[in-house]
Order: sequence, then structure tokens, then C-alpha cells
Amino acid sequence: MGELKQLSVFAENKPGKIEKITKALADAGINILAISISSSGDFGVIKFIVDKCDDALKKLKEAGFTASLNDVLGIELQDRPGGLHSVVQALGNRSINVENAHVFVAGSRDRAYLIIEVDDINHTRELLKNDGLTFYNS
Amino acid sequence: MFWQQDLETIDRKRLEEVQTGRLQDTVQRIWDNVPFYRDRINSAGTKPEDIKSVSDIKKLPFTSREDLLKNYPFGLVAVPRESIVRVHTSSGTTGKPKAIFFTKNDIDRGAELISRCLVMTGMRKNDVLQNMMTYGLFTGALVMHYGAEKVGVLVVPSGPGNTDRQIALMQDFKTTAIHITPSYALYLSNVFIRKGIDPRKDLNLKRAYLGAEPYSEETRKKIEEFFGIDVFNSYGLSEMNGPGVAFECQEKNGMHLWEDNFLLEIIDPATGEQVSDGERGEMVLTSLCREGMPIIRYRTRDLASVMPGKCPCGRTHRRITRITGRTDDMFIVKGVNIFPQQIENVLMGIKGVAQNYLIVLESLDHMTVQVEIEKELFDGNVTHLVNLQNAITEKLKNEILVKPKVELHEPGSLPASEGKAQRVIDNRTL
Repeated sequence: MGELKQLSVFAENKPGKIEKITKALADAGINILAISISSSGDFGVIKFIVDKCDDALKKLKEAGFTASLNDVLGIELQDRPGGLHSVVQALGNRSINVENAHVFVAGSRDRAYLIIEVDDINHTRELLKNDGLTFYNS
Repeated sequence: MFWQQDLETIDRKRLEEVQTGRLQDTVQRIWDNVPFYRDRINSAGTKPEDIKSVSDIKKLPFTSREDLLKNYPFGLVAVPRESIVRVHTSSGTTGKPKAIFFTKNDIDRGAELISRCLVMTGMRKNDVLQNMMTYGLFTGALVMHYGAEKVGVLVVPSGPGNTDRQIALMQDFKTTAIHITPSYALYLSNVFIRKGIDPRKDLNLKRAYLGAEPYSEETRKKIEEFFGIDVFNSYGLSEMNGPGVAFECQEKNGMHLWEDNFLLEIIDPATGEQVSDGERGEMVLTSLCREGMPIIRYRTRDLASVMPGKCPCGRTHRRITRITGRTDDMFIVKGVNIFPQQIENVLMGIKGVAQNYLIVLESLDHMTVQVEIEKELFDGNVTHLVNLQNAITEKLKNEILVKPKVELHEPGSLPASEGKAQRVIDNRTL
């Protein structure tokens, strides 16, 4: 089972920073599937789900960016009112602390996933195993 | 091994006799030949014959950097012009430079002292020294060059910069030692990482001589570790020949200052009074053998202390600590005296922080410390970065008693210098 990978890039809060990063990805022929920004004062981390993550990491590093690739958990969202709520409820019930989250629509366009960053992915998956959730599986 | 064993291990009592004779001679020569000094010494109520021992140095006036500027270019020359064979100028960041003149003998003596230093650290004829200091008006490269040639070392006069060529030279000529500024050594290490070169495996380096800028013990360890070499601290200043005034032996515990050539005093910069060995103060140096341009009681503005006790290497010349600051790069925030070295020491001890940093002074009460995060330790987690930022702030506050604003920056984004690093930007309009 392939874990979903998320690309993180360090960014000082300066105008044009995201432009530079996305240009590097575009030039390398990388398709961005989702983006989110976690910011803290004068710096932030920009997170991407991309189609070719290893390539993207290599290209960004070569271009001088500070980047890393991390495992994240993708949980499928039902396309109906309350779809997100039922996932979040399960996380809450199991006392799972989410450090960061955003939504990602899969390449096929028919499914959306809640991307969450947690300390221990396997443990989280274990905790949620009886909650009827579907995890992203590449 | 010694270059001049008898002189390097000279008995302290005998050393004092030598110093006294040379001091008397120096004072007589400037009295006779340099009107500026004659007036100054006279105003201090002293005559050359009043100098009967080294302790009489206190009867002589200080020489300041301003005195050198005022007498630019020829005011302090003590020999006929035809005896002068070289001039060096010292980096004057503001206004006029300082000019230092050398006779043939001055150049030979400067080289002789460097030979002592190099042999003391283990350099031999079959070594290859890549001299990455600036050749030209700055003394750093040329004085080292002459001394290394005297030992019989193969010198690669590369100068600084052009990093790709530096690496090629190191590989082609199997360089065993480098003479380099600490900031350029750190910059080089980043280039090595980027290029995937492991200096421990891919080069023949054994030692590095770091000088021209103050740097911390942590920085030394970092460079030693990365290159797999011994790093020797060196001290010099153009006003006293350039490099080779004081140098570390293989104990790497303090720099032997060649006291047969320079008379060393450490003073309280505020009162001008001498302090005891072990106490920190401003170094004051008197040239004892200089012909072209003798300088007495020169206020170096460098802060250090004399290390009490004997060195196991057998040399009797006293050791000074690394330069822990300059009287003029100290800055004051919220009424607290702060030296950039204090900040560097703290930063180098924190995991996750890269080598470069910049101190920006915003107002009398606020300072910002910009640091670069370490590329390898970046894991995409904002919380970890915020924790790092807080830890740096806390540790700095404990050291300097003022809470700075800490900014995290991308590796390589702060000005990395190939020469002398500027660590403090003063934006205050006072």
C-alpha cells in the first residue's frame, strides 16, 4: 500500500515566493493537485500534493529550495452534506490530534480526500480502522 | 618540532632582557626619526633614557588607529625612503586607509615568524598550502606566502573566491593546508555539500589556518569536523606585520604571541591600566624589531586575555585567548553591552541552525537576529520551526539578557561572504 506523499517547501513571507516555487515545479513538468499554506509570522511552509513527488523534490532542491517529502494520511470524503463532518467526528472521537489539514481532489476528479498530518500514520490508521473510512491508496 | 627552538623556548628572564634592549632601541629610533613620536613621548614627560625595563612601557604614550590615519601616508616612517621596499594598507572601511611600511628586514622577520607558526603546527617541506586570503594591499596573503616559502612549503597563491577553481586546485595539487577566513571556510563547506564532495575522502587536507575575523570555538569544531582537519587559530594585524603575531601550537589551546618581536599588554579599555594575566581586556602591542615603521603601545581594539600557566609544547611565549570581541564592534541594546561573538556562540550550539547569521539593530531597544535553518533538518512541520524559533529566542535572551526578535531564513539566503563577514547591520538613526 503506497502512502500519500506531501511536498513541503520552506518559504519566508516575501512577495513572489510562491510564484518562484510554482514556476520551478511548472518548468519541471510537475502537476500540482493540491496546495495549502501554513504560515507563522514571518515564515511559512507551503504544502503540495503533486503527481511526481520524487521528481518534484529533486527539482526543488536543485533549484535551491528547502524542501522535504513526508507521508500524510488521505481520508476519502463523501460527496454529500455532512461528508467532512463524519470524518472529523471520527478523528475527534479517537482523540487524534491533527497538525495540519487540507482537501485534495484526486486525479480522477471523482473523489476528494481530507489530507491530514499526524505524528504516527500507522497508529492513526489503526485507531480509525472500525470507523468505516476509506484511506487514500496509490 | 621547532623552527627556531632557542628563541621559541627562551627562558622568561632572558626574554625580558631581550625585550628591554629592543624596546630601548625602538624608542630611541622613533625619538630620533619620527617627529610625531618625539612630541608625544616628550608630552608624556618621558625621555628615551627613562626606559630601563619593560615595565617602563607605561611611561610611553599609546598609539591609536586615529594616529595612524592622521599620519597617513609617511608620517610614522622611521627610516630613509630608499630603505622602504613595500607598503601595505589596512582596510579602511571609513575614509583613509592606514599605511604600513616594510624594510627588507621587516619582510624577512615577518616571514620568519610565520615559519615558526607553520612548523609549530606540523607543516613541513612536502606540504602544499593553498593561500585563500586576498593578495594585494592586505597583509594576510603575502606575509603568509613569504613565511611558507621560507619553510619550503609549496604555496598555491589562489587568493579568495572563485570557489570552483579553489576546489579544482585543491584536488589537482593535493593541497594539505589552507589559509582562509572562517566565513569563507563555512561558505566552502556549503559548496562541498552542494557538489557532493566529501573533503574527508576526496581531498588531502590536513589543516587550516583561520584568521582575519573572530570566530567561535563551535565554528572551529564545525569546520574541523566537516573537513576532517585540524584548525589553527591565528592572530595578526597589519599594524604589526599582518599574520603571525600569535598562533596556536598543536595543543590548540591559546595562541603563542611572539614576545621577542612584540611587547604585549592587556589593558582595561576604559582606564588604560594594565590588567593581570587571565583578565580580559584590550590588547596593546609594541613592535620590538620593526625598522620601517615602529609602533609603540598600539591600541588594537581587540579583546582577549593572557592564558596563565605554561604550555605543554615547551614554548615560553605567553598565550592569548581567541579574540572575544573588538572594543568597536560591541553594540548596546536596552543599555546592555553585547558582542556579536556571544550571539554566534549561542547559535552554533543549536541544532537546526546553519552557519550564517545577521544581527540587525532596529532601535536602541530592539534587535533582530536573522538565522538560516539547516536544510537537512527541515521536515515540513511548521510547529517544529516555531519551536526552533522560540528556543533560539530563549537561549539568546539567557546569554545577552535582551530578548531579540528571531527570524528564520532559508539556507543560503543571508549574505554569505567570500571575504570578511559583516554580521551587524545598524539601521538606527541616533
